[in-house]
Amino acid sequence: MGKEILDVLGVTLWMIVGIIGIFALYLAVSGLCYLVQRAYYRGRDRAKGYTSLKTVTFGDESAVTGNRMASVAAVITLFLFWGIATGSKLLPPILPQPFVGESAFEYTAVNAAGESATGTVLVQVNAADSDDKSKPDPASVVGASFAKTDVVVVAERRAKLVKVQSNDDGGDQDGYTVTAINGKPIAPEETVSFDDGDVFMTAKGSLSVRPATGMTMEALYLPPPEKVWERFIQLNKEGYLGVGLWENVFWSLIRVVVGFALGCLFGIPLGFAMGLNSWLRGWFEPIVEFMRPVPPLALIPLIIIWFGIGEQGKISLLFLAALWIMTIAARSGVSGVNIAKVHAAYSLGATKKQILTKVILPNSLPEIFTGARVAMGVCWGTVVAAELVAAEKGAGKMIIAASKFSLTDIVIIGIIIIGVIGYLIDVLMRIAERRLVPWKGKA
Amino acid sequence: MTGLVIDDVSMTFELPNGGNVEALKNINLEIKEGELMSVLGPSGCGKTTFLNILAGFLAPTAGVMTLNGHNITGPHPERGMVFQHGALFEWMNVSHNIGFGPKMKGTPQVEIDAKVEELLSIVGLQDFGEKMIYEMSGGMQQRVALARCLANDPDVILMDEPLGALDALTREKMQSLVLDIWKKTGKTIILITHSVEEALLLGERLLVMAPRPGRVHKEYKLPFAELGVGADLREVKRHPEFGPTRDEILNMIWDMEEEIMGRTENA
Repeated sequence: MGKEILDVLGVTLWMIVGIIGIFALYLAVSGLCYLVQRAYYRGRDRAKGYTSLKTVTFGDESAVTGNRMASVAAVITLFLFWGIATGSKLLPPILPQPFVGESAFEYTAVNAAGESATGTVLVQVNAADSDDKSKPDPASVVGASFAKTDVVVVAERRAKLVKVQSNDDGGDQDGYTVTAINGKPIAPEETVSFDDGDVFMTAKGSLSVRPATGMTMEALYLPPPEKVWERFIQLNKEGYLGVGLWENVFWSLIRVVVGFALGCLFGIPLGFAMGLNSWLRGWFEPIVEFMRPVPPLALIPLIIIWFGIGEQGKISLLFLAALWIMTIAARSGVSGVNIAKVHAAYSLGATKKQILTKVILPNSLPEIFTGARVAMGVCWGTVVAAELVAAEKGAGKMIIAASKFSLTDIVIIGIIIIGVIGYLIDVLMRIAERRLVPWKGKA
Repeated sequence: MTGLVIDDVSMTFELPNGGNVEALKNINLEIKEGELMSVLGPSGCGKTTFLNILAGFLAPTAGVMTLNGHNITGPHPERGMVFQHGALFEWMNVSHNIGFGPKMKGTPQVEIDAKVEELLSIVGLQDFGEKMIYEMSGGMQQRVALARCLANDPDVILMDEPLGALDALTREKMQSLVLDIWKKTGKTIILITHSVEEALLLGERLLVMAPRPGRVHKEYKLPFAELGVGADLREVKRHPEFGPTRDEILNMIWDMEEEIMGRTENA
């Protein structure tokens, strides 16, 4: 217990260092861009409008608008970082790249008889995505002595054992040892570098060759942008695991729309009932108040036990995710109705039904829309999580399946698409809100 | 029996701590058809409670009210109400707000349209029918509220500080408008206000209420409303009796306020 807490503390401190480092780098670039744009705009008359005449802007939130140029520069910077860190081919190499190609080193061995000889190891390093099966020809370097030329083929960044003794005369006799690499002495558990990598001697005396790894990130962790783009094109054409890319997205969206619609269909009337009737409010309050703070993700196991992994389970989950949010939004919409408006409507001769449809419903629309935006966001997050757990199709299913095969590029494409669609949903909801509730915030 | 009869109406609220507040005690009034009555009093004298009881939003704990011979038991279109902040429906445009009452009754749309047109011109908003409520100033909103109330052709119009939130200039214009409407339509109007001048200008009959318990303290019959119809209200204020009456009522309310303050301090 105590050690685990210490671990948490250690991780936290390490993260603080990391976060500060990343932010410092990003802010430094931001500062640089700012200086550049300020120098560019110096002396040019560009500020227009009322806000530009305000002398107090620090502290006046309305005078602070997102600088578009900063946003564009920030996104470009992000992609540049991505490209640099992954050694993208679209950029000139900035960080040292991992070694790919042919190299060689010499080893010095002593045989049982105590004679010393020097042999050559030809190293061929293939790029990670290369299908090249060819090997360098050992005959091209003649091993004149008992130490014969060896060949090792290794993928970039990977280490590989090379048993130099296996083809050497007397290599299987006791007393045969490798003593030096390129003239530098080596012993078990020691590492010696050669031109394009390192050689490590294991405890048993075998050699392990690791070509230079460079400083860029491996595609397994973060593929370069162009790889992701190529994969995107490929996914568009072929899909993944027999399901088209947009088919996956479409299925996630369908579930969200159906679940959300069901949530609205039942949640809004339920909220109205709770806002209009003491008995019904008392009746439903305990369950609504209890279910509201339960994260929908916590229901996934139960839903799977009840409904299995089919569509019914997922739609039920999304229904539950949207239901409570919409209920509470509708209820607070009703309680937000100015009583004077209801009084006015009664005085004008409206019946209860007319009060509901002509006064309470439109008056609670702003609240309902706020709730709907939250509910859509929660549903979108929940559907992806539910698909991660179990699904046949869907954006979440695609990325979890890809992650099992270490197809990081597909995972990244999935994340980007999920983010973009989540954002588009919110934009659409805001447009709908502006068209349907133009009086919001203006009363 | 026509007109509004208030027979021994009392209103007692129970407080959560077990005490009682007598918001109104033994109110007896007869308000004739077509009368313009203003109600004045310090805060807490129960004038808003009084109006809410008349509108039918609250049931009195004792007493009976009748309008044209039948009991008042709840809100009804025969008693229209104009609220301090309009209480307009901001999801409808001006015309739909004004036509709300007739529409609820199922009046044919052609008749509603004609009525709305007429009322728009009465309140001076001829070209604003298509505007949304949130696009209008406070004074214009109160004009809409007046028109909406008139559209239902109520017997009595109850006004709860309808001009209280308006700036001085707009307020003066609206006072003239209220007088005009009173004269043109011949409606019974009961108007609550905080302003002594407004109460003098907009009341043939002026009721000064006193607090704890809320009751009618004094009643005046005044000539100013009649004089003010179609005339310059500033002229009316120069009437020899206007100043002295205003001062008398101001002193009366001042004393009441002092008494409340004193009581609270001693308590």
